[in-house]
Amino acid sequence: MSPDPRAPAPRAPGGTTPKIRIRGLKKAFGSNVVLDGVDLEIAPGESLVVIGGSGTGKSVLLKCILGLLTPEAGSIQVDGEETVGLSEREMDRVRRKFGMLFQSAALFDSLPVWENVAFGLIQAKEMKRAEARKLADRRLADVGLEPRVGELYPAELSGGMRKRVGLARAIATSPEIIFFDEPTTGLDPIMGHIIDKLIVKLTSKLGATGLSITHDMASARRISTRMAMLYKGRIVWNGPTAEIDRSGNPYVEQFIHGTDEGPIDIPLQDHFA
Amino acid sequence: MAEPVVPVIQPLGRAFLAFLAVTGRLVMFASQALSHCFRPPFFGRLIVRQMIEIGYYSLPVVGLTAIFTGMVLALQSYTGFARFSAESAIPNVVVVSITRELGPVLASLMVAGRIGAAMAAEIGTMRVTEQIDALVTLATNPFKYLVAPRLIAGVVTLPMLVLVADIIGIFGGYLVSIYKLGFNPDTYIKNTLDFLIFQDVFSGLVKAAVFGFIITLMGCYHGYNSKGGAQGVGQATTNAVVSASILILSFNYIITELFFAR
Repeated sequence: MSPDPRAPAPRAPGGTTPKIRIRGLKKAFGSNVVLDGVDLEIAPGESLVVIGGSGTGKSVLLKCILGLLTPEAGSIQVDGEETVGLSEREMDRVRRKFGMLFQSAALFDSLPVWENVAFGLIQAKEMKRAEARKLADRRLADVGLEPRVGELYPAELSGGMRKRVGLARAIATSPEIIFFDEPTTGLDPIMGHIIDKLIVKLTSKLGATGLSITHDMASARRISTRMAMLYKGRIVWNGPTAEIDRSGNPYVEQFIHGTDEGPIDIPLQDHFA
Repeated sequence: MAEPVVPVIQPLGRAFLAFLAVTGRLVMFASQALSHCFRPPFFGRLIVRQMIEIGYYSLPVVGLTAIFTGMVLALQSYTGFARFSAESAIPNVVVVSITRELGPVLASLMVAGRIGAAMAAEIGTMRVTEQIDALVTLATNPFKYLVAPRLIAGVVTLPMLVLVADIIGIFGGYLVSIYKLGFNPDTYIKNTLDFLIFQDVFSGLVKAAVFGFIITLMGCYHGYNSKGGAQGVGQATTNAVVSASILILSFNYIITELFFAR
């Protein structure tokens, strides 16, 4: 049931240059092959969610695109420009198009909240601190936080607030592409819903392209226009969100229903045998 | 025939290869960090912050170390030299030992414990909580933003700290010699100044700059490469202090040899 590697890659809707185009991406850690030939395209303005179980390589895929990990083989193009093999300096130029919301928000705990939000503006865009501060306050308002929160340090915030500050930081530089790593993990369902709404609202406001990874199906349905499923290092299905329930793909069926019977094989030792 | 040798040779070879690998990684880390120390942009604000952290906040512990060392030095030399009626050599012993060796080495070892550990813990925590990845995605090079300011601050601040330690250490020797051993203050100060040689002080400050580099490099390297959560950060902290201390002591010998071996 593994997909034929020579089959034409899943096409993004529309005939324009894809925002991100991935071909034959491979990454292994020692003998552990994590990505085994990923093909994926993301069209400008769409919101793609990559679903898949824990340990299927979703985070590794994201880190390869961001240039935090170097793949063994394959190609990643951003706006038609090949990014695999770019020097660190050139990659920094490409990264200015990106915004990223980390799973645990990854706020800099030595800096107050407003400086976290303004970090990209001050460092990468060389904006004056006073000006960046004003913009940071606006971004905090965008995610529903008062300006006084800007004075606090990340350690003083709750999980939901941290996530919102992380979101404000991810959008502060008005990036063209925003990555979301498990945006709702660790939040209660209501806060998860609020974060999802903010993600949809802010990406469309910026006209940005979104790429998220998650295993939370409720969240995936809310934030995506298209979904792709990653299993054993390959994309096994990819299609519009509206069609997810009639995909006819046994992997997707099993995943969205969360049953333990199906082609997805999770080896467990049976302690009750 | 060869079989009994294998169990002995194999671990030796493995340890040697591991040593080479670590040395290689360290040299690559250091050269990458150094290249960022000389290329703009420079983060002045961060350098000053680290200098305050390394220099100003280490003053109490370094001062205490220095004053007691100077005091003990005077006391111990007196018990030895009195037997040969050579008490007048005490200012000489104090001045030379403090400026050449004890000032730089002891101050740096104290700073290694204080600063090396703190740096490894801070950078290590940033690594395991993805803050370093976040820096990269915000188009900021972590070597430039985290490592270079610390290295620069270490190399600049340690000599200043050691200069202070030298003065306090010599003053400690003075206190004991005057108030306990009954030396004449004027003669003692005159002897101290006579024996105060530029090259001794200078060699101590060169050592301090090298030790400052070693301390901050070890703190950053072990923190940057830490993995595996809280335990990994703890391990990084220990490694940073131990490796910095060993390198300080061995480089102390090398620099002494360069300066004073005839």
